[in-house]
Amino acid sequence: MGQSRDSAQIEQQPYHFWIGPLKGPRPSFPLRFPLSLPVFHPPCPSNSKLCKKSSSVNARPTEEQSRAEHKAAGAESSPPIMRLLRLSLVLSSLALLSFLPASSSQDLQIVNAERRIDLSSHIIKVFLTLKVENTGTSPASEVLLAFPPTQADHLALLKAQAVIGKRKKKTYLPLDVNPAELPDGPNGTKYFSISLHNKLGAGEVATLEILYMLTHSLDPFPVEISQSESQLVYYRDSAVILSPYHIKQQTTFIKTPSSKIESFSMVEPTNRAGAELRYGPYENRSPYSYSPIIVHFENNNPFAVVEELVREVEISHWGSIQVTEQYKLAHAGARHKGVFSRVEYQSRPGSSGTSSFKHLLARLPPRVHSMYYRDEIGNISSSHLRLDSKKSELEIEPRYPLFGGWKATFVIGYGLLLEDFLFESPDGRRYLNFTFGCPLVETVVDKLTIKVVLPEGSLDPSVVVPFPVNQYLEKKYSYLDVVGRTVVVVEKENVVPEQSSPFQVYYHFSPIFMLAEPMMLTSVFFLLFVTCVAYLHIDLSIRK
Amino acid sequence: MKANIVARGISTLSRNFLTGSYPLRAVAAHRVWNWPSLFSSFSSSSSVHGELQTQPSSSTRPALLPAESVNTSAGARVRQSMSASETAGERTVRHAFGNVLAFFILLLIGVLAFSIRLFSVIKYESVIHEFDPYFNYRVTQFLTKNGIYDFWNWFDDRTWVLNSLNIPLSVETVCVFTAPTFSAFASWATYFLTKEVKGPGAGLAAAALLGMVPSYISRSVAGSYDNEAVAIFALIFTFYLYIKTLNTGSLFYATFNAISYFYMVCSWGGYTFIINLIPMHVLLCIVTGRYSSRLYIAYAPLVVLGTLLAALVPVVGFNAVMTSEHFASFLVFIIIHVVALVYYIKGILSPRMFKVAVTLVLSVGIAVCCAVIAILIAVVASSPTKGWSGRSLSLLDPTYASKYIPIIASVSEHQPPTWPSYFMDINVLAFLVPAGIIACFLPLSDASSFVVLYIVTSVYFSGVMVRLMLVLAPAACIMSGIALSEAFDTLTGSIKFQLLGYSSVNSQAAAGDASPDSTSAQSNALKPDKSEETAKERTSKKSKKKEKEREKEKEQVDQSSVQPRAGRRLQVLPLEASIIGVFLLILLGAFYVVHCVWAAAEAYSAPSIVLTSQTQDGGLHVFDDFREAYAWLRHNTEVDDKVASWWDYGYQTTAMANRTVIVDNNTWNNTHIATVGTAMSSPEKAAWEIFNSLDVKYVLVVFGGLVGYPSDDINKFLWMVRIGGGVFPHIKEPDYLRDGQYRIDSQATPTMLNSLMYKLSYYRFVETDGKGFDRVRRTEIGKKYFKLTHFDEVFTTHHWMVRIYKLRPPKNRIRGKAKKSKSVRNSLIISWSKAFPKFNAVSDRLNPAENEFSINLKKDCKDQEEPLAVKRFLRFYKLLSQGSEVGLVGYILLQAIFRKVIPYRDVGKISRILQYCDILVYISVFCSRRESRIIEFVGL
Repeated sequence: MGQSRDSAQIEQQPYHFWIGPLKGPRPSFPLRFPLSLPVFHPPCPSNSKLCKKSSSVNARPTEEQSRAEHKAAGAESSPPIMRLLRLSLVLSSLALLSFLPASSSQDLQIVNAERRIDLSSHIIKVFLTLKVENTGTSPASEVLLAFPPTQADHLALLKAQAVIGKRKKKTYLPLDVNPAELPDGPNGTKYFSISLHNKLGAGEVATLEILYMLTHSLDPFPVEISQSESQLVYYRDSAVILSPYHIKQQTTFIKTPSSKIESFSMVEPTNRAGAELRYGPYENRSPYSYSPIIVHFENNNPFAVVEELVREVEISHWGSIQVTEQYKLAHAGARHKGVFSRVEYQSRPGSSGTSSFKHLLARLPPRVHSMYYRDEIGNISSSHLRLDSKKSELEIEPRYPLFGGWKATFVIGYGLLLEDFLFESPDGRRYLNFTFGCPLVETVVDKLTIKVVLPEGSLDPSVVVPFPVNQYLEKKYSYLDVVGRTVVVVEKENVVPEQSSPFQVYYHFSPIFMLAEPMMLTSVFFLLFVTCVAYLHIDLSIRK
Repeated sequence: MKANIVARGISTLSRNFLTGSYPLRAVAAHRVWNWPSLFSSFSSSSSVHGELQTQPSSSTRPALLPAESVNTSAGARVRQSMSASETAGERTVRHAFGNVLAFFILLLIGVLAFSIRLFSVIKYESVIHEFDPYFNYRVTQFLTKNGIYDFWNWFDDRTWVLNSLNIPLSVETVCVFTAPTFSAFASWATYFLTKEVKGPGAGLAAAALLGMVPSYISRSVAGSYDNEAVAIFALIFTFYLYIKTLNTGSLFYATFNAISYFYMVCSWGGYTFIINLIPMHVLLCIVTGRYSSRLYIAYAPLVVLGTLLAALVPVVGFNAVMTSEHFASFLVFIIIHVVALVYYIKGILSPRMFKVAVTLVLSVGIAVCCAVIAILIAVVASSPTKGWSGRSLSLLDPTYASKYIPIIASVSEHQPPTWPSYFMDINVLAFLVPAGIIACFLPLSDASSFVVLYIVTSVYFSGVMVRLMLVLAPAACIMSGIALSEAFDTLTGSIKFQLLGYSSVNSQAAAGDASPDSTSAQSNALKPDKSEETAKERTSKKSKKKEKEREKEKEQVDQSSVQPRAGRRLQVLPLEASIIGVFLLILLGAFYVVHCVWAAAEAYSAPSIVLTSQTQDGGLHVFDDFREAYAWLRHNTEVDDKVASWWDYGYQTTAMANRTVIVDNNTWNNTHIATVGTAMSSPEKAAWEIFNSLDVKYVLVVFGGLVGYPSDDINKFLWMVRIGGGVFPHIKEPDYLRDGQYRIDSQATPTMLNSLMYKLSYYRFVETDGKGFDRVRRTEIGKKYFKLTHFDEVFTTHHWMVRIYKLRPPKNRIRGKAKKSKSVRNSLIISWSKAFPKFNAVSDRLNPAENEFSINLKKDCKDQEEPLAVKRFLRFYKLLSQGSEVGLVGYILLQAIFRKVIPYRDVGKISRILQYCDILVYISVFCSRRESRIIEFVGL
């Protein structure tokens, strides 16, 4: 690995985030890691006029980068003795670390990588196809994916599957993806490891398909637009795939919603055809290569973001489930500036307020009943519910069209039949099988809280969710409760619609508790009447 | 004879009790009692009540029964006593059955009263409707949130109770259903009141009528969380307790009466109606010779306790003793004491001595009274409004409000009603009321005279203001209930007579419930003495019950003596006539019910915040523009942004949009409303100045021209002009009228077309249809194409019903135009000089355009001998010419100071009132010599 590092680095633009710490002991992960020897920040590609802008837009790295540049310059001008000294230090640490158990994936390389980035909505979908080859000797059981920290923060979903078989007989095998920690991740690079089902033997090749989604990664520019303007956004990424492995050949396709692309960075070879940009193919890029690109294009899709969603699922064993969903909706696109003219909005729907939205579609379970849609000041009359046997579609309009930066809150509530969602597991426990995620189509939920209110008297609740979430228990008191109902709270941030997979809540419940409240009422009335009867028949007067 | 012994026991017992506990009463009414004169005392005390004069036999004690029966034939006597004993058992069953029936009827009436008001929730949604109730809603919200559940905020206590039972009820739900609940209570209270007056039959009829009277429905549909809904219940209940006390003479009820009065004071300003009506009735009773100890018990505690309690209510406070509204009650309080004293003296002195005493007291007393009254009148007359508040004055003098208080007159519900509105609001009751009044006079009792007084006064008040129709409604219901029940009594009685024959009617009449008029007469007859006895004994409830049973026995024995009279008094109508009469009455009732249901469903249930219209395919099109705008304000403006709108929408904006408003539905703050009215009627630039000085960020106007919503701001605009012009005289109503006509088309006056309201309403309106056709005014607008220079349209709702504008930031203006418009300056001068008359002398001469300005200035300052003063004035003048109001105000104030028009202390006050506190800084800087003193008042 180490043999080609210097040459590779000088030729290529390094992953500029990690040009940080130069002092102190070297990170303990020597071999598949290009040493951070002081090098010049490579000149911008001659045809990339956006290069400078890209570095200035990345707020977080800029500081580090400039510091690094400064240091780099300092190091560059430092006498060769120092360089030697440092090199020897590094080498000695390498020597030390070579005794550590080598990582299983050290000998992997990516033969071919194809990345398709779909920018048509505000949820960015990236399809990544990797052909991984084990060039080492020992079998590898996991493949690492690397993300720059900015992307990792906005990463909503990451799925991987292995492709088995050739064309026509392809089968897909979902694979586990877990966040991984590498102690020496350059500048906060985040890793995810894909565990392979079968270990990849030496010389074997596996094809992996990876889907990940990014939210809040399109930055509107200009930041404020008026009613008649359309919304332009920036998308920033790297032309080459950030990876801890050597990539032999790679191509990136970027699909924009329309052919209206204001500008894009050129990293040769770059090709534009209509609404699609192609970067690559690039050959033989070393690990952690990075070449920032920026695409400035028009995106008038509704940037509907639910800032906070609280879904409360209340189970009643008398036969119904009541769901209440509280939304805090916002338009996360370019902020609306200046006047809002209704006459323009109504008379020229095509050109006025194109980035605003007024409709939302919610997919609800079938057989939904007693639906309501309101906010804190009363019912909102603009909604339509379409019911059919497979699903219910609810089309809602907020009270007013949402322009960039505008917000609205509302509540959707509905009832469901108990038998559709509550089942009894073989061990006698009951479980609720319900959909995780937000029923609104094409929206991002920044913070999702699901509260499952179990009936009074339920015991030992446990939750099965297919992805990591926060969870805890609460108590809730409703009509005539004495001990209170157990509430299972599940929290997750940054949720996209593709995560609407079912989850389960298991609990013990004995039906005798259903009778508690009727009995309580009956006894209260009984006592009342008894008291009345007693009062009427007791004479406490002294005088007879 | 056994009964006699019992009665003696009771009377002695009561005397023992009374001498200890109620000396005055015992002396006044019962001191003369001793055993031989028991009968005479009964007859004398009962002779106070008119009922008994017509039926002397019923007042006789059982002791006299044998003597009476001797007069009848022996056979008849035997038959009667047999039938009496036969029916005795049956009668108790019937009696109990009647009670249960009445209870269930009442329950049903309550359910009816509640459910007839739910149309709004079912047809629309559970939301608070009107503009006003949002204030109450907010107050309640605040109180529940902060946990300051005061004793006078009844609901909050209730919601807390519910919360502790783990019944989650939002404050809003409670608020929405408060009014229907209270109308059910009100109908029950009506039952009790009418029962006290004319027996349970009339009570049930009145309760049923009140449960669905449209006038009350209009104020108490679900969602109208208004004071009135609660207040009517409190009003009726207070009257009931008063009558109950009057009938029983029980101090227990008198105390409750005061508490109920207090509740009324808390809930509504209309409590003054009670505190004037009851004294009037007391006075009437005294004048007509109906004074009794019961009257005293009913009245005196009410005044003392009631006034004390009323003074606890923050809004009332010392007004409870200071204003003329309460004056009548104190006067009558004095009178009743004098009368009580006279009766007492009359009781202890022999008639001859009494005459001497009367002459002595009269001569002295009249002199003293004259003096006191003269002083009082002098004190009252010294105050400008004669001690009456504006609201009350506008009641007494119907022309008062339109003359002096345009704000009160501008509210549509303060206008005098039209005849159709009587028919709409009380419907057939209007025709039944006279019959009820006649029925009240046959026979006239204390209670029925009160009801008559009530209806007469409330008819007058309702004639002054539409709003007070609400006070009339219960009175009309009571009267109609009495009329209906009397009519039914007569008609069904004669039908029965015709069908069943004379004898059986007789026996049934004797049996009681079948002919309520005899029972009610009896109960009325028996009530006073019975209750006097029960009130006198302070025994437990149980023994009272036994006493009642005993009296029931007595009544049963009484029946036999009543019987001949019942036969005598039956005025029998022909069978056909009575059947037709019953049928017509039922028809009338049915008509009333149909009307009420229609009124509840169609006329009064529409929440003013949501409008609906039928679409062509029969669907419902909803105009939810108000909430659209409020929601927008709530979510898309800063929390501390202030919103200016006409005051109708103030509370709603506060509650729904959660933003501070400049003016709200609170009628007290006249100047602020006038300021907003002035701004709306001024040209754009001047309006911007005013709004900017009020720190307003957004201006909200309601515009109905696109969809034809008639109660929009353009239609209210003349009131804005009037109210604004009332305080700031440069706004003149004729400027906005072309030949006395209010119009917005091309014939409109330039002032009108340039006013802010016009511009904000019609901004870019012409682009909707190309012509600018206003569907409310049914005309094309006058000025079609114009631009706004100081305001930006930031939001307009879907149907254009609410338009929100934002004030442009000030820097544009200053950069653009250094000069302030002359009209604004003059208007400001005029307005301030109006507000502070002493300025007139200064501002008359203040015309900065004058050439001899500086000469004037020097002349002004000469007597001050302060050369620096000129410089100071010039500094302010410079500021003034730059268009700064600070300069203007400072100039006026400084001039005023130097010319000693106003003292220093007032400068601080005035500038604080004008919200130009920064003036003080200027002045204190400029007036170096007097700095210390000025700083003094800056510190104030």
